[in-house]
Amino acid sequence: MTRLASAFSRRPALVAFVTAGDPSPAATPAVLDALVEGGADVVELGMPFTDPMADGPAIQAANIRSLAAGTTTADVLAIARSFRERHPHVPLVLMGYANPMLCRGPDWFARAAAEVGVDGVIAVDLPPEEDDALGPALRAHGLAPIRLATPTTDAARLPEVLNGAGGFLYYVSVAGITGLQQATQLSIETAVGRLKAATDLPVAVGFGIRSPDQAAAVAHVADGVVVGSAIVDLVAQHGAAAPAPIAALVRSLKEAMTAVKVPA
Amino acid sequence: MVINAATMNAPNSFRTLPDERGHFGQFGGRYVAETLMPLILELEREYRAAKDDPAFAREFDDLLEHYVGRPSPLYFAERLTEALGGAQVWFKRDELNHTGAHKINNCIGQILLARRMGKTRIIAETGAGQHGVATATVCARFGLPCTIFMGARDIERQQPNVFRMKLLGAEVRAVTSGAQTLKDAMNEALRDWVANVHDTFYIIGTAAGPHPYPELVRDFQSVIGREARAQMLSRTGRLPDLLVAAIGGGSNAIGLFHPFLDDADVRMLGVEAAGHGLDKQHAASLAGGFPGVLHGNKTYLLQDEDGQIAEAHSISAGLDYPGIGPEHAWLHEIGRVEYTAVTDHEALDAFQLLCRTEGIIPALEPSHAIAAVAKRAREMRTDEVILANLCGRGDKDIFTVAHALGVQM
Repeated sequence: MTRLASAFSRRPALVAFVTAGDPSPAATPAVLDALVEGGADVVELGMPFTDPMADGPAIQAANIRSLAAGTTTADVLAIARSFRERHPHVPLVLMGYANPMLCRGPDWFARAAAEVGVDGVIAVDLPPEEDDALGPALRAHGLAPIRLATPTTDAARLPEVLNGAGGFLYYVSVAGITGLQQATQLSIETAVGRLKAATDLPVAVGFGIRSPDQAAAVAHVADGVVVGSAIVDLVAQHGAAAPAPIAALVRSLKEAMTAVKVPA
Repeated sequence: MVINAATMNAPNSFRTLPDERGHFGQFGGRYVAETLMPLILELEREYRAAKDDPAFAREFDDLLEHYVGRPSPLYFAERLTEALGGAQVWFKRDELNHTGAHKINNCIGQILLARRMGKTRIIAETGAGQHGVATATVCARFGLPCTIFMGARDIERQQPNVFRMKLLGAEVRAVTSGAQTLKDAMNEALRDWVANVHDTFYIIGTAAGPHPYPELVRDFQSVIGREARAQMLSRTGRLPDLLVAAIGGGSNAIGLFHPFLDDADVRMLGVEAAGHGLDKQHAASLAGGFPGVLHGNKTYLLQDEDGQIAEAHSISAGLDYPGIGPEHAWLHEIGRVEYTAVTDHEALDAFQLLCRTEGIIPALEPSHAIAAVAKRAREMRTDEVILANLCGRGDKDIFTVAHALGVQM
C-alpha cells in the first residue's frame, strides 16, 4: 500500500498545507514537524510562485514572503528530502503552479520530486486537457497526479478529470480562490456523494475550512479534510515562532475530526 | 485523418491554427484551474456557433461601422517618408477608432459573445487603460455592469484613462499585488472570474490567455489586416513589402499580420518593448525569455531559471507585460514573422518625430513600431512600401511623455 493510500485508510485524514520557504527555507522543517506532531495525516507543501492565480490573500502573501526570503526550487526539494528522512511514513504532496514545475522539463521535475520522497503532485493550472505536459512524467516516476474537482465539474466532465488521476481526489468545495468563503454542508455532502459514486479514490475536501467544527462536519462525509489558509495565517502571525500554535491548531482539528463517528 | 488531409491540401498555409486543443505548435493551450475549464469549453462551443451564425457577423460588422467608425483610413505618411528618405511609410489609422485604439474591435466581438451566453457581468484587466476604456465603453453601450482590474502603478501613470472608465460607469479596482501592473491585474481578474463563473464574462484584452481567447481575439482584430490589405491593393495595386506593429500581448500585431500570413512576399516585423535596454529591465519576452506557462497559455515568458515570472518594464503601460500571445511565439519559432525590440528612449524619439512630421500624436505603444519603421525605412528602397499599425492615439500618454522629457506641466 502506498503512503497516501495508507493515510486515507485511517479516515478521516487531515491534509495540512503550508507554503515552502515561508517565512524562510530554514524555518519550514520545524513547521512541517509541527503539522505531523499535531496529527496531520498528509502534508501538502506549496511551491512558491510569483503569480498564484488560484489563491486568496493569505496564501498569496505566503508566496510573496517565501520568494522574498529567496526560496528556490532546490530549497523546496531539500525541504522535502529532509522531511522524508525525519518522517518516513507520512505522505508528502507538492502543490503548485505549472511553470515552476515545467521550466526544466517535466521529466526533470518528476525525477527530482520522486528522488526526495514526494508521493503526489497537485498542479493547479494543469487540467486534464493539458495532462501531457506533466502527467506522463509523474506516472513514470511513481508519483500520484492529484486532480481537482470543483462545483463546476459536471457529470459529463467528471470521467475526464478522473482519467489518469491518482492518490486522492481533491474536491475544491467553492468556485473561488483559497481561504475565503466556505461551502454549505449540504452542497459538500451532495458533491462528495456524487464523486464517490464515480471513483474509488479517496475524496478530500478543501477551500474555506478553518475551524475544528467545520473540519468535523466535513469529515463526517469525506475521506479527508484539507486545511491551508488557517495554518498559513499562523505563519504570518508568528513567523519563526509559528510551530507551537500550528501544532495546537492541527491537534484541535484532528481531535474534532476523529471524534466524528464515521458512517460504515 | 481529416485533419491530415486538410493539412496536405494547404501545406503552405500559416492560417490554420490553433488545432482543436488550442495549440499553435507547442504554444497556447488551456492551462487553467479546473473551476474555469467547463466555462472556457462552453465559450469555445459558443464561439464556434457564433462564427457560423450570419446574424452574429452582421451585428459585429454593423457596430464596427456605425459605432467604432470603421473602416479606419489607410494613410500615406508623406512627410515622415521624406524625413526618413527611404521606403514609403503608410499607416493603418486604428487610433481614429472610437475610444482611440484598436482595443474596441475585440471588445465589441466579446461583448456580443457574452450576451449570447447570457452573462450579466463583465470583468477585464487593463494596462495602459485602453482596453479598460474600450471594455467600459461597450458595457455602457449594452447596459452591463463592469469591473476593471488595473495595477495600482498603472493607475498612477494613466490617470486620464482611469477617469474615462469611471465616467463610463465602470468600477476600477486597484491591484496592489506584485509589481502592480498588467500581469498582476490579470491575476486578479482571473481570481474574480473563478469566484463568479456563473454570471461573469471575462473580456481578455489581448491575443493571449487560455484557448479560445487567442483565437477569438485574433479573429476580431483581423478586421485591421483585412481592411488594410484591401485598401492597399485598391490604392496602390500592390501589397506592402513590410508590415510593422508593436507587441505587448500582441493583439494589434496579430490583427494586422494574420490576413497577410499567406502572402509570401510580405515580410512582417513585430516590435517588443526593450524598456531600459535588453541587458536591463525590459518587456521583450521573445528577445529575453523562454517558453513557459502563465495566464492560461504556454508562450515565451520573462522568467528566472526556477520559472518565477520576472517584472517587465516599459515606458508604455500597454506593453509592460512579461509574456506574449502564443501565436506570436509560434510565428517567431517557425520564422514567418521577425521580431525586434525598441527601447523607451527610441520610442520617445519616434513619438516626437511623428508629432512633428505628420501632426499625429501617437500612443507610446505604436511609437515603438514607428521607431522600428524609422530604422527599417532608411535601409529600404524608395519604391518599397512599409505598412505600420498606428494602433492608438497618444492623448493618454502626454503626462508620461512630459515627465520623461523633463517638462513641468
